[in-house]
Amino acid sequence: MAYQFDFVDVFKYTDVLAKGIAFTVTLIGVGGTLGIAVGIFGAWARGYSRMKWLDWTVGAYVELVRNTPFLIQLFFIFFGLPSLGVKLTELQAALIAMVFNLGAYSTEIIRAGIEAVPRGQLEAGASLAMSRLQVFKHVVLRPALQKIWPALTSQLVIVMFGSAVCSQIAVEELTFAANFIQSRNFRAFEVYFIATGLYLVLAILLRQGMRGLGNWLVFGRRSP
Amino acid sequence: MPLIAIEGLHKRFGSNEVLKGIDLGIEAGEVVAIIGKSGSGKSTLLRCMNGLEAYQAGKITVEGTPVTQDETDLRHLRLRVGMIFQQFNLFPHLTAGRNVMLAPMIVKGTAEAEARTIAAKVLERVGLGQKFDAFPDQLSGGQQQRVAIARALAMEPRALLCDEITSALDPELVNEVLQVVKGLAQDGMTLAMVTHEMRFARDVCDRVIFMHLGKVHEIGPPSEVFSNPRTPELQQFLGQLH
Repeated sequence: MAYQFDFVDVFKYTDVLAKGIAFTVTLIGVGGTLGIAVGIFGAWARGYSRMKWLDWTVGAYVELVRNTPFLIQLFFIFFGLPSLGVKLTELQAALIAMVFNLGAYSTEIIRAGIEAVPRGQLEAGASLAMSRLQVFKHVVLRPALQKIWPALTSQLVIVMFGSAVCSQIAVEELTFAANFIQSRNFRAFEVYFIATGLYLVLAILLRQGMRGLGNWLVFGRRSP
Repeated sequence: MPLIAIEGLHKRFGSNEVLKGIDLGIEAGEVVAIIGKSGSGKSTLLRCMNGLEAYQAGKITVEGTPVTQDETDLRHLRLRVGMIFQQFNLFPHLTAGRNVMLAPMIVKGTAEAEARTIAAKVLERVGLGQKFDAFPDQLSGGQQQRVAIARALAMEPRALLCDEITSALDPELVNEVLQVVKGLAQDGMTLAMVTHEMRFARDVCDRVIFMHLGKVHEIGPPSEVFSNPRTPELQQFLGQLH
């Protein structure tokens, strides 16, 4: 009983797929950038700020995110916040959820990098009369990011796959597109076959992009 | 009034008292070597002088200003007292030139062009004018340490603290660093160095401080300390070196 593949019915929906890709790329592009920014702030807050309440607050945030499912976080933001009077579109809610989620994981990843910077580097910065914030910005951050760049890249890829969950609140990203198409033409195998391939390509591109970005921003040996 | 004045300094790590009452004055332009066995407290003393270690009792003043753990005070202090470390501690992601330029630019607000001129000048002074664009991992240990000296000099400190700055170097690289330090001493820089280079201490330093069990055990000009050690501890310490 051989299965007859029929991709023609899927290719009729190329525009839907293209839109799905655009949404997924938007989610990971915007969510990833802001999430890493949150992570850098969180790592600073936990390891460097010397403000107990901030350290504690960020710590609680990190544990909250790491110990609850992403889907619940998304539902909380999309269905829960409107009850408090915060109205969000699907895309806004999805982006907030992604930043919220990635921010927590990247806080811990970046903090690990910061702790791996030798103490002597900090002392050298301090002995040159730099403030703690200056030491963090100019001495610690880049070497720290160098150490954890591969881990951060993997986390981004995981979060991109996690963005599939956003289909549950009708964000028209790639998984939503796939679900939509198979509900129309009942060609589930073909549709998810293609969606899988597209995710694979996106993930490879994301890794390559992070490698390029890393070489430019983090590992870059730009002579003055 | 000495440039750096230390009175009754006590420092504990937990229950371990490392400095047990240090009194010491370092005059402007003076070159002082601090010697002693490992664990005698010599590095800790040096680190207290620029606030890298807090202390429990006593007083340190630099040009009359007390050394505290207040961040603003510390930054003022460190503008006047530079430090060079055993492990060089160059910033690995920056070139030699940028290592030197960084602090003048972000701490003193020096314009980039001027910082570059300063960096070129101090790198020239330590004999590394050609290495401006080299990254730390492209330099030998001796060269890295000389960049570290240049980096400290760029802040125009009144005094430099050197914490075993040749101990991590291969023997053949020690001399190039000591030559630079000798040049600084001749130019009138105030230097306090923890060192195991006894020949250097004898040739270059004005005074030698022998530390033992957290106290200044013996102090005097090198001719006296090395030729006529008065205490059995110093005799034993010097004896072990041969």
